[in-house]
Amino acid sequence: MNDSSKPDGRRQFIKKISTGSMLTISGLSIYSASSCNTNSDDKTTVMTPEGKLVQVPTSEIQELEHEHPASPKESRKGIPGKKFVMVVDLAKCKNARKCINACDKHHKLTPDRPYIKVLEMQDNEKSSPYWMPKKCFQCDNPPCVKVCPVGATFKRTDGIVLVDNERCIGCRFCMAACPYSARIFNWKEPPEEGNQAYSPETSVPSKIGTVGKCDFCPDMLRKGKLPHCVPACPNGVIYFGDEIDDSVTNGEETLRFSTLLKDKAGYRYMEDLGTKPRVYYLPPVDRIFPFEKTKKETTES
Amino acid sequence: MKNPIAKAQTYKSKKEEDLLKHMVSTSKSYKIWVAFLLIVILFGIYAYYRQIRYGLIVTAMRDYTSWGIYISNFVFYVAISLVGSLFSCILKLNKNKWADPLARISEIIAVAAIACATVIIIVDMGRPERLVYVFKYLRIQSPIIWDVIIINTYLSISLLLLYVSLLPDIALCRDRLTEIPKWKKRMYRFWSINWVNHPKQFSMLKKASRILALLVLPIAFAIHTITSWLFATTWRPGWDSTNLGPYFVSGAFMAGAGVIIVAMYIIRKQLKLHDYITNAHFDNMGKLLVLLSLVYLYFNINEYLGPSFKMVGVEGEHINELFIGKYAPMYWFVQLGGLVIPILLMFFKMFRKPLPIFIISLFVVIGAWLKRYLIVIPSLQHPYLPIQDVDESYLHYVPTWEEWAITCASFASMLFIITILIKLFPVIPVNEKDTQTEPGTN
Repeated sequence: MNDSSKPDGRRQFIKKISTGSMLTISGLSIYSASSCNTNSDDKTTVMTPEGKLVQVPTSEIQELEHEHPASPKESRKGIPGKKFVMVVDLAKCKNARKCINACDKHHKLTPDRPYIKVLEMQDNEKSSPYWMPKKCFQCDNPPCVKVCPVGATFKRTDGIVLVDNERCIGCRFCMAACPYSARIFNWKEPPEEGNQAYSPETSVPSKIGTVGKCDFCPDMLRKGKLPHCVPACPNGVIYFGDEIDDSVTNGEETLRFSTLLKDKAGYRYMEDLGTKPRVYYLPPVDRIFPFEKTKKETTES
Repeated sequence: MKNPIAKAQTYKSKKEEDLLKHMVSTSKSYKIWVAFLLIVILFGIYAYYRQIRYGLIVTAMRDYTSWGIYISNFVFYVAISLVGSLFSCILKLNKNKWADPLARISEIIAVAAIACATVIIIVDMGRPERLVYVFKYLRIQSPIIWDVIIINTYLSISLLLLYVSLLPDIALCRDRLTEIPKWKKRMYRFWSINWVNHPKQFSMLKKASRILALLVLPIAFAIHTITSWLFATTWRPGWDSTNLGPYFVSGAFMAGAGVIIVAMYIIRKQLKLHDYITNAHFDNMGKLLVLLSLVYLYFNINEYLGPSFKMVGVEGEHINELFIGKYAPMYWFVQLGGLVIPILLMFFKMFRKPLPIFIISLFVVIGAWLKRYLIVIPSLQHPYLPIQDVDESYLHYVPTWEEWAITCASFASMLFIITILIKLFPVIPVNEKDTQTEPGTN
């Protein structure tokens, strides 16, 4: 009984295993609520990618096939009971740039305005350089949100900072305020991006004269999936998860968030600014790859 | 040609004739000047049309240097506008009688500058059509909103100050200028709101202008302090400073005084007002400019000494860039040519004569604009995280012709407003209470 961490740990474990199913259920309920009068007996004939005609329940079609991004109003709320975190293991990054490619692809970004950058860092003259993947830190004390005059950028209950580009007036104060240069601006008309309905959760389509940035892919999170950059990384550099569950995963291994930070001396970039980032770094010790600067890696896709 | 019209008016004294005659006769050079301003403005409108059509990509601003000369212009105009309060409040309340003839000029410049500040900040917006969101979704936490509120307040008070001091003169125009177009007559009659030079009216006016004079000083300090907070509330090197408020305010008073000297020199020459704007005015303005420059010099030393002594991280890089890097020529031109040398020269009486002090003031004003360039742009080029992996155009900032065209157009608009106001109203107060014969109203 003295060991108070034990029941807590068990509860969290239960929570952890049920997370996946919980998300699917809540995801389902969202979609069925939004579609009118779905009868579970209803069946619809659809064509599979192989060309076969099959009958499936109507509800399932909506769940799997329908893109139903959250509206700007819904996007402000956040996913209940979640506090998303990211851990980037600098020891594993070799600048493969697959995270950037995946992010650019899914957010329909051109190379001149990436949400993710992999920076060459060197802490001092004697220390060896390392690669640092950098995205929006989704700060808990976000300078960008504080300065926005119209509330176009906002902090959600699940920790994510989003931009509503239908409200952004393009004053770029948030870009001046962000100490991490995480934000990009759409200086010109973005190339044609299809006719997908806009949602701050997908950040697609980008709009001229407004700001954009890494959004932790809340549309994926709502489906119980990982942000695009996480599974894209060939070296499992990026871990993503929920602080409340105390678990993070890179798609291959799932680790306890607090233990990972404790064991590997996790830190946040420029902690002294007091912005309280939700992205943690593990120091570049015992590296798997030697530091190599090859121009090829930048162009290889 | 113009003499008959000028003579046809019913002036009662030489002073009235001297100060009103430019309003009824239009010289050829005046027409050329107005046409020139309009051409510059039209060209700027064309550049802005391109910016609207293609986006801010037509500027040299990119993700790191995300604010450019539009913001420099904005800070400059806000700075210039402070000069209205210098004359209407500080000098007036301190009973500096000599400065009275200059009060009108300063108030006109204040109104023109603050109007241009509001326009240029809208030009900087990526989505100007969403301007109404600033009021619809207003978030009081944002320093931009503080600035919006204070600028509108200051614009209103500046307009009121100008109008209140103009009122007796508008009535004078209504009474004296008989041979003028109908619309002008109607305008003077409308704006003079039944002013009849009654002692009671004068005492009410005196009270009103006193209240406004007391009101305008804190607002003027607030407007530029809040503008400095747009920068000071971020972590950028050169902006992240507690010194920024007084540094901006003192710089603004210096720039404003410089602008007044330039303006009074040109106005005196063009309108032949040598009897009203005398050499003594230039001498006094020179002394005032020295004082204001010394205060600014003090805050400049404060602003740069600490960081350049410590040379911490990006702050040190920023200082290096200014002192010995690519911005060094501009930086030293501003500090020496726009501040130190003018101070040293103006200590001597011979340099406070009209022409020398006009030239010195031009340097002060150019230096003040460049200073705002140096405040806005180099800071943005030194973020905490290195700038890597970006297009070449992201590394430098050289304003494009569109930015220059719009900047020139905004200057032309300011001069245009000043030109028109001077044409419509007496630039030196004519109808003052002490020239009236009504003793015992003090």
